[in-house]
Amino acid sequence: MDWLNAVLQGLLLGGLYALLAAGLSLMFGVMRIVNLAHGVLAVVAAYMGYFLVHNFHINAFLTLIVVIPVMAGIGWVLQMGLFNPSLKSGGLAPILVAFGIAVVITNLLQAFFTADTRSIDAGMLGVQSIQVTDTIYIGVFPLITFVVGVLVIAGLQVYLNRTRDGRAMRAASDDKDAAQLMGIDNRRIYAKATALAIGIVGIAGVFLGIRTQFSPTYGDATLIFAFEAVIIGGLGSLWGTLIGGIVLGVAQTVGAQINPSYGVLFGNLVFLAILAFRPTGLLQKAVNS
Amino acid sequence: MSAPATVGPVKVRRATKSSWIGLAVIVPILIVLALGPYIISRGLQQNLVILFSLIVLGTMWNLLAGYGGMVSIGQQAYIGIGAYGLVYIADSLGIDPFLAVPVAVIIAGLLSLPISFLAFRLSGGYFAIGTWVIAEVVRLITMQIDAVGGGAGLTLTALNVLSPGRRIAYVYWLSLAAVVIAVLVTYLIMRSRLGLGFTAIRDDATAAGSLGVRVTSSKRIVYLVSSMGCALAGSMIAANTLHITPESVYSVQYSAFMIFIVVIGGMGTIEGPIIGAIVFYALQQWLSDYGVWYLVILGVLAIVVVLLAPRGLWGLLSLNGRIKLFPVGYRLVNPLERFAVVKTKEPAA
Repeated sequence: MDWLNAVLQGLLLGGLYALLAAGLSLMFGVMRIVNLAHGVLAVVAAYMGYFLVHNFHINAFLTLIVVIPVMAGIGWVLQMGLFNPSLKSGGLAPILVAFGIAVVITNLLQAFFTADTRSIDAGMLGVQSIQVTDTIYIGVFPLITFVVGVLVIAGLQVYLNRTRDGRAMRAASDDKDAAQLMGIDNRRIYAKATALAIGIVGIAGVFLGIRTQFSPTYGDATLIFAFEAVIIGGLGSLWGTLIGGIVLGVAQTVGAQINPSYGVLFGNLVFLAILAFRPTGLLQKAVNS
Repeated sequence: MSAPATVGPVKVRRATKSSWIGLAVIVPILIVLALGPYIISRGLQQNLVILFSLIVLGTMWNLLAGYGGMVSIGQQAYIGIGAYGLVYIADSLGIDPFLAVPVAVIIAGLLSLPISFLAFRLSGGYFAIGTWVIAEVVRLITMQIDAVGGGAGLTLTALNVLSPGRRIAYVYWLSLAAVVIAVLVTYLIMRSRLGLGFTAIRDDATAAGSLGVRVTSSKRIVYLVSSMGCALAGSMIAANTLHITPESVYSVQYSAFMIFIVVIGGMGTIEGPIIGAIVFYALQQWLSDYGVWYLVILGVLAIVVVLLAPRGLWGLLSLNGRIKLFPVGYRLVNPLERFAVVKTKEPAA
C-alpha cells in the first residue's frame, strides 16, 4: 500500500511540475528561448506570496490576485527589455542573457531575504487531507495543485488554438518573418507570450512555496524539474508536459520510498533514460531547436 | 579606377606583427611566473593557483561554447571528477599525486564520451540544462559512495610528505603548466583543420555539414578536450585547497564563473578568457566585501556585455580583432605591400 500511496502522491506532484514547466514549454515553443531564469522566477513568486501572507495576513490563495499580474508584468518587461534585444543579437545571446538574469535575481533575493528557508502558510487548506482507504490519504492542497495544473494546460491549449493572439503566437513560432509580413508585431506577441508564461510561473511559484521550504537558490532545482518534465513529455507538446511532470513526480516519490535520499536522483535517472531511449519524449514527433 | 599596379605572387601568412610582439611579451611573463616560488610568498602562490585554474576553466568553456557553440552549465561534473580522481587515486590507491593528475584527467575524458552521447541528444538551451542535470547526477552519485566520503568529502593527504613550501611550489608549477597546456592545446586545435571546421559549425552547423565537416564527431572531440581540461583544473583546485566536498567541487557556481569569464573577456578568442579570468579574479577580490552583491554586479555586467559589446573586453582591446596574440586564421600578404590590411570577414562571436 505504501507503493500505491507513493505513486498517487507522485501523480499529484506531477501537477505542480506541469504547472512549472508550462511556461518554459510556451516560451520555447513560441520564440525558441530556453529561459534559464524560469526556476528563479518561480521562487520570486513564492517570495511575493510569502511577503503578502506574512505582512498583510492575506489568504495564501488570494495572493495570486496580486502575484499573477505582477509576474506577468515582470515577464513583459524582461521580454521587451532584454530577451527581444538578445534575439536580435542572435547566436548564444538569449541563453547567456537568461543565465545572467537568473544569477542576478538569485543573488538579489539572497541580499533582501537572506539564505534562510521559508514557507508560505496556507492555513487549514495546506494540511487537510481526504481519506480514501484505511492507509491512503490525499492531501487537499496537492489535489488542488493537480487540478489547477490540468486546467492551466487545457486553458493554454485552448488559448493557442482558438484566440487571435494564440494564432499569432503559433504563426510567429512557425515562421517569424512570414508572421511579420502578415502584420503581426513579433516583439509584442513575444512579450505577450512571455507575460503569459511568467504569469503561470506566478501560480506555480506560490503553490511551490506552500508545498515546500524554499530559499533563493531553490530556483536551480525548480528549473531542472521543469526542464525534465518538458523533455520527458516531448518538446512542443503541452499535454506531453503534463505527462512528463507526472512521470517525473512519480519517479521522485517512488525513489524516495526506496530511500529518502534517492528521490531527486531517481527523477534525474528516469530523465536520462528517456533521453537515451526515447529522445523525442513520450508524446512527440520530433525534437528540434 | 585603376587596377592595382602590383599584384605579384601572393603569400599566405598566419603570424602578424602583433602576434610576434605578443610572443615577445608572453614568453618573458611566463619565465617570470615560472620563477614565482623563488620570488613570491606562499599565500600569493596559492592565490595565483586560483587565478590559473580560472584561466584553464575559462579557456575550456570558451573552447566548448565560443568555438563549438555548446553552452554548457555542467562542466562542474568534470571539475569534480578531476578533484575526486586526484584525491582518491593518490590517497586510496597510493599512486604518486603528480602521476594521479594525468590519470584523473584521462578518466574524466573516458567518462565524457558516453556522457556526450546523452548530452548531444539536446541542443541550444536544452543542452545547457541537460549538462547541468548530468552534473547533478554525478554529484548525487558521488554523495552515495562511501569510499569517497559521501557527503562529507575527502582530504588530500598524499602531499603531506612534502614540506608546505615545496607542496605549494609544486602545485603552483603544476597549475602554471596546466595554463600553458590548456592555451596551447586550444591554439593548436583552432589552427588545425578541425578548428576551421568548428568555426564553420558555430556559424552554421547545417551549411558546415553539407560542406563535409563532420559536425557531431567534431563536437564530441571538443567536448572531450574541454572535459579533460576542466578535470585538470579540478585536480588543481583539490591540490590547492586540500579538502573537497561534493557541494564545493560540483558547484554550479563554477559554470557561472566560466560563463562570466568568457563573456566578459571575449567569446571565441583565445585571448578573451585569459583577460576575462584576470578581470574576474580582480573583481572577485575587490568586491568580496559586498557579499552576494558582487554576483549581482557580475551578472549585470555579463548581460550588458552580451547585448552591447558581444566581443567582450578583448574585442575592445584588440580594436575589433585587428590585434592577434594567437593567430589562428590565414592572411594574404602581397610581397610588395607587406603590411597591407587584407579585409577578411571575422567570424562573429
